[in-house]
Amino acid sequence: MAQTRKDMLTDPLVDNNPITLQVLGICSALAVTSSLQVSFVMALAVTLVTAFSSMFISMLRNHIPGSIRIIVQMVIIASLVIVVDQILKAYAYEISKTLSVFVGLIITNCIVMGRAEAFAMKNPPVASFIDGIGNGMGYGLILMLVGFVRELFGAGSLFGVTILQTVNNGGWYVPNGLLLLPPSAFFLIGLIIWAFRSWKPEQVEKREYKIQTVEAH
Amino acid sequence: MSEQPDISPRPGLIRRFLNLPTDSVPKTVAVAVTLCLVASMVVSAAAVTLRPVQEANALRNKLVNILQVAGVYDPEVDVLEAFEAFETHVLDLDTGTFTDRFDPATFDDAAAAENPETSVVLTDDPAGIGRQARFVSVYVLRDVAGEIDKVVLPIHGYGLWSTLYGFIAVEENGNDIYGLQFYDHAETPGLGAEVDNPRWRALWNGQRLFGDDGSLQITVGRTAPAAGADYHIDGLSGATLTTTGVNNLVRFWMGETGYAPFLENLRSGEM
Repeated sequence: MAQTRKDMLTDPLVDNNPITLQVLGICSALAVTSSLQVSFVMALAVTLVTAFSSMFISMLRNHIPGSIRIIVQMVIIASLVIVVDQILKAYAYEISKTLSVFVGLIITNCIVMGRAEAFAMKNPPVASFIDGIGNGMGYGLILMLVGFVRELFGAGSLFGVTILQTVNNGGWYVPNGLLLLPPSAFFLIGLIIWAFRSWKPEQVEKREYKIQTVEAH
Repeated sequence: MSEQPDISPRPGLIRRFLNLPTDSVPKTVAVAVTLCLVASMVVSAAAVTLRPVQEANALRNKLVNILQVAGVYDPEVDVLEAFEAFETHVLDLDTGTFTDRFDPATFDDAAAAENPETSVVLTDDPAGIGRQARFVSVYVLRDVAGEIDKVVLPIHGYGLWSTLYGFIAVEENGNDIYGLQFYDHAETPGLGAEVDNPRWRALWNGQRLFGDDGSLQITVGRTAPAAGADYHIDGLSGATLTTTGVNNLVRFWMGETGYAPFLENLRSGEM
């Protein structure tokens, strides 16, 4: 790997973003982005889990038997997720109620497994830790972008602070209810992917097929 | 890593373990066992050390819900301080009166529901709760003149997936509902979990429990009964089974095996 540490940290933000380029971790990105505060906590949790699981897996990488490699990774990831869940329940009770099952589902977040299998199994601990932070931040960046749009236009607020006074509270802004529902995150992530790929055309995937003109008989 | 001076008291075993071929069967088993032990210790340590803080949070959440359902919650005021406005009593469901048999400060509702001396097995069990405690902690809010203003009564019962735990606040006349709120459930987010929706909860305010003849009239569901809209709360669209569960549990707890004797005492002004 000729990557510098700074590259490892910044590369997953735009050039190799786990959500927009690799299209991983979409499920939780749809579910938790209806408010910025929750998005932020989720991003933080995923970043910590990815970083520490990558680090531990990398520390053990020379002793993990190939036949039980995935299970070993899962045990490490699952333990970290449970610890994060317990900490949230103790110190961020309200947010943990909103996040509910989605903290537990970090276990199945493809970003965490993906980095463990693709990077941490082949690289030293410090590099794996930084790679985990970078990918968690790439995931978090998209979550915050989606959360920003959804909370601002769906509820008229940012981080719970009213920006656009809604009609229900005697203001002028009619909130867009669609943005509070998970499908809206699909549209927003689609738009973000479109924007990223227009800005960096090298991210556009090659076509798997080509329309050919065939001579008519 | 292998060139570091070895300070372990039993270097032979650990060294032999690390030097085993990674893909051999003994090493695979050893790695699996060691990893499971370490992981379970980490997880249990986190769970045990954080439990007191989590329990304090759960209690706080319950108190906040009592304050909210009675309409006196103010985020600016400390919860424990605000809760001092309430009197806690242990209610004897059979007589519908407060009892001194237990100290309200130490009375444990969960334990009372399991103790055969203080609970009964329900044969007719629409709320799906199995055992019902005959002694329940209730919360009384008095006005400035010292008269009962509202009573907050705990209720629970089965919805679609889970037992819903909540409170119902009833006005001093023992008939008008002030509010209803669930503090713990695991219904489907977006459908059954809409029992938490403030707009749906607002429907409960001002509805009546008992008809003029004293019979239980309140229903939750699709169509209003003959008794009229004052005795009916519109069900949640897309959450028929949760709505049915709420209907059953509210009717059960407001019925003869629940709070009806107590509410009757409130109505007749005997409390």
